[in-house]
Amino acid sequence: MSKTPMRDSVLIVLGGLAAVLLTRNIWVMLTQLPHEAFQGAIFRIIFFHVPAAFTCFLCFLLALVAGIVYLAKKNLRWDAFAVSVTEVGLAFGAINLISGMIWARIIWGIWWTWDWRLTSMLVCWLLYAGYLVLRRAIEETTERARLGAVMLILNFSVVPFVFFSIKWFRTQHPQPVLYGDGKMDEIYRSMLYGNWVPLLLVAAVLVALRMRQENQQREIDALRRAAHSF
Amino acid sequence: MTFLRQMLTVAAKDLRSEIRTKEAINASLSFALVILLLFSFAFDPTSETTREMSGGLLWLAFAFAGVLILNRSFARELPNDCLDMLNASPVPAAALFLGKALANYALLLAIEAICLPVFGVFYNVTWTTHPGQLALVLLLATWGMTVVGTVFSALTVNLRLREIMLPMLMYPVLIPCLMAAMRLSTILIDGQPITGDDVAWLRLLIGFDIIFTSLAVILIDTVLIG
Repeated sequence: MSKTPMRDSVLIVLGGLAAVLLTRNIWVMLTQLPHEAFQGAIFRIIFFHVPAAFTCFLCFLLALVAGIVYLAKKNLRWDAFAVSVTEVGLAFGAINLISGMIWARIIWGIWWTWDWRLTSMLVCWLLYAGYLVLRRAIEETTERARLGAVMLILNFSVVPFVFFSIKWFRTQHPQPVLYGDGKMDEIYRSMLYGNWVPLLLVAAVLVALRMRQENQQREIDALRRAAHSF
Repeated sequence: MTFLRQMLTVAAKDLRSEIRTKEAINASLSFALVILLLFSFAFDPTSETTREMSGGLLWLAFAFAGVLILNRSFARELPNDCLDMLNASPVPAAALFLGKALANYALLLAIEAICLPVFGVFYNVTWTTHPGQLALVLLLATWGMTVVGTVFSALTVNLRLREIMLPMLMYPVLIPCLMAAMRLSTILIDGQPITGDDVAWLRLLIGFDIIFTSLAVILIDTVLIG
């Protein structure tokens, strides 16, 4: 390994910080915060559900940036970043979808409903899963990076269309609680954003680890090619 | 002017070779008819509910059949390294792309023009109440489908699992376009004109077409040449 993207010690500190913050937040959630008036205990799922969605879309935005920078600079490190951040984004998207389904089963009595936010999230998840499937199908490294970057740009451009078009169908989802008409008590709101911090730290550590794997994989491939060329 | 001529030459070449072999259009048309037939088993084809879901059925058939045409668009150039020749020729990638998109557009519209009356007869729906507006929806939504499909056709042309990859990657991106087309077609087949809030769906279709046509033209150099 000539150059490590991020030192082990930094990763361990970030991961440790995330663990401490998460433990503290879960303790506060379970012991200090009162039940929500209508939903009871299950409402606490929102402290993971909403920050997971934020993290997921932040990852998709970063993937777009990485794709564009790759096309401009042709540096494969940006491709490694794009794929790492997409995979982590998909993981957080899955957390968002699954935690939402658990909540829906208890509050609405059904696992799934074709509400606009659920549907849009699922479509976005499939779009980015398609990116990973496309990458799997391409052997050559630079071609994979190039076509992957194009796909990231197309994917991100369709996300607003997906959200607006699906929104025009009727909605069953609780109204926005962070903006608009819905209100959220200050203690809940601060916990919602407060819990985003450890989730972001977890995402950053995962991206760094995944990127390191991706870069090592490229080095191994290059060595293998060099060995075969003799 | 040169750009326009190059574009039309590519479109004419694609259409000519398709009309001579009829390989994609025959397969696509029979596939569309098979799908329309299969739908009749999924629900009671005589009931009133047919009208409520008519737009959805129609566009699913178009989207499934369209994939066969779009798949052939760039795959047709693989034998004898024709794609490399086209890339090496003085035709810019954007003209090549738009030419191929135009040819696909003509083929898709032809299939839709045949399927629509068949659909009307099989499912006993009148689609002729607002022919102008229905034509507008068909033209706009088919262009959206064509332009996205042609980009993905170029993107997947060298992959081993091309036939599977294209629909898998293309349909999620097409969802907004298909949804607008389904909504508007259902309204029109139900005999109502597009008014009030539903105009927003038309705007969505136009926005989708403009954004994805521009993106495709910008990105096609990267896709084909790199």
